[in-house]
Amino acid sequence: MTPDSLRAALRGVPDPDWLDAALRRVTAEPTAITRLFPTAGRRCGRAALPDAPGWTADDAARVLLLTSLPGDHAAYAERLYQHGDAAERRAVLRSLPLLPIGAAGVPLLHDAIRTNDTRLVAAALGPYAQHLAPAAWRQAVLKCVFSGVPLAAVADLDTRADGELAAMLAALAAERHAAGRELPADATDLLDRLTAALPREA
Amino acid sequence: MRIFDPHIHMTSRTTDDYERMAAAGVRAVVEPAFWLGQPRTSAASFTDYFDSLIGWEPFRAGQFGVRHFATIALNPKEANDPRCRPVLDLLPRYLDKDAVVAVGEIGYDSMTPEEDEAFAAQLALAVAYDLPALVHTPHRDKARGCERTLAVVAESGIDAGRVVVDHLNEVTVKLVRDSGCWLGFSIYPDTKMTPQRMVELLREYGTDRMLVNSAADWGRSDPLLTRATGEAMLLAGFSDDDVDKVLWRNPVEFYGQSGRLDLSDLDVTAAVDPQTGNSILRGGS
Repeated sequence: MTPDSLRAALRGVPDPDWLDAALRRVTAEPTAITRLFPTAGRRCGRAALPDAPGWTADDAARVLLLTSLPGDHAAYAERLYQHGDAAERRAVLRSLPLLPIGAAGVPLLHDAIRTNDTRLVAAALGPYAQHLAPAAWRQAVLKCVFSGVPLAAVADLDTRADGELAAMLAALAAERHAAGRELPADATDLLDRLTAALPREA
Repeated sequence: MRIFDPHIHMTSRTTDDYERMAAAGVRAVVEPAFWLGQPRTSAASFTDYFDSLIGWEPFRAGQFGVRHFATIALNPKEANDPRCRPVLDLLPRYLDKDAVVAVGEIGYDSMTPEEDEAFAAQLALAVAYDLPALVHTPHRDKARGCERTLAVVAESGIDAGRVVVDHLNEVTVKLVRDSGCWLGFSIYPDTKMTPQRMVELLREYGTDRMLVNSAADWGRSDPLLTRATGEAMLLAGFSDDDVDKVLWRNPVEFYGQSGRLDLSDLDVTAAVDPQTGNSILRGGS
């Protein structure tokens, strides 16, 4: 997803003029984002965007506010996240792969993954999670399975899942089976794929 | 019976409470920022609390189909502690949030000069951010506290129709009713107000501008006393429509003045048929 495609998908929001003006203002006067960012949900709505699958209007509008900043993206992202409600935090997490900040946003991922808010955990495992170290990434994927977040939320799942993740999933499956419970179907499928693909140890 | 509890401290309640509330018909709540029993000693302690009111607690409520809103303020008791005063400077960023539907709880605890100052400053914030205000009345020296509260409200310039004065009883009801403010009643197991006494007040003063809440918190309290009050109203001869007005439409009207009360996609159906005006459904149980 690019800023241009989000912009196009937002054409039908309730108050498109507000969004146009807000984006121009943030480019000219970056500090204005502080108050525009929390307001975006009330002005653009929170409906799913038909032309941007997986995106809601408030998430997309907030991401565009961040990408419209002329500079200091990492500092603004951190501050808006720390001062944000859950929806604002989710939008910051989703903006990270679209901002020119390298790996500077990783501490925000760690914060989100520490929460028990499944919306934040899921948002932290998007494309920007490529910057997460393998151990943290595996723990986060396992947390998704544990807390019922669909694995479809995890970017690069099949390319990144490794033998260590398979072992962790198998151990969780064993615990669940011992308790007469099942893993979610998507986790069982992943474990099956990994088990089939990995070379058997002698 | 669909219920909107306009004042309840869910941070102090368990998931069992959420389950029982949802089963009893509670579909929306407002959680006012208040004290937590243990006094706080720094502004940072408040920001974690406020962040929880607009982050974790709405998530918790959502798991039970309950929509959670908040009011944000420095409460009067802790306004007296100089270590907590810097909270006043942190409030603006919270008053911009989607789920913050009023400034509150503000008002008096011991009626000190520090409380005067914090009360007036926060009423000014309510005006500046175009938000209603939730005003706590003191438990000691209540009648005089209530008079003084109404004087400060009038002086602030906020529209009386955008203020609810809470924790009222037989002694303070008339004063507040005559002021044009909304009237809040906290139904407690045996102290502030009971369902039966509430029914008598509704008989005497009518259902306009009346808000019934459980104010359930970390003390002895019961989140189902809103429902109990609705049932007591029905037993006393009030109609389903009266109950719906007091327990749902009144809080929706009051907090709706914030422009932020998003109740879309909530599992409630109109309690009154717009064609006939008759009560057709009382969502939930």
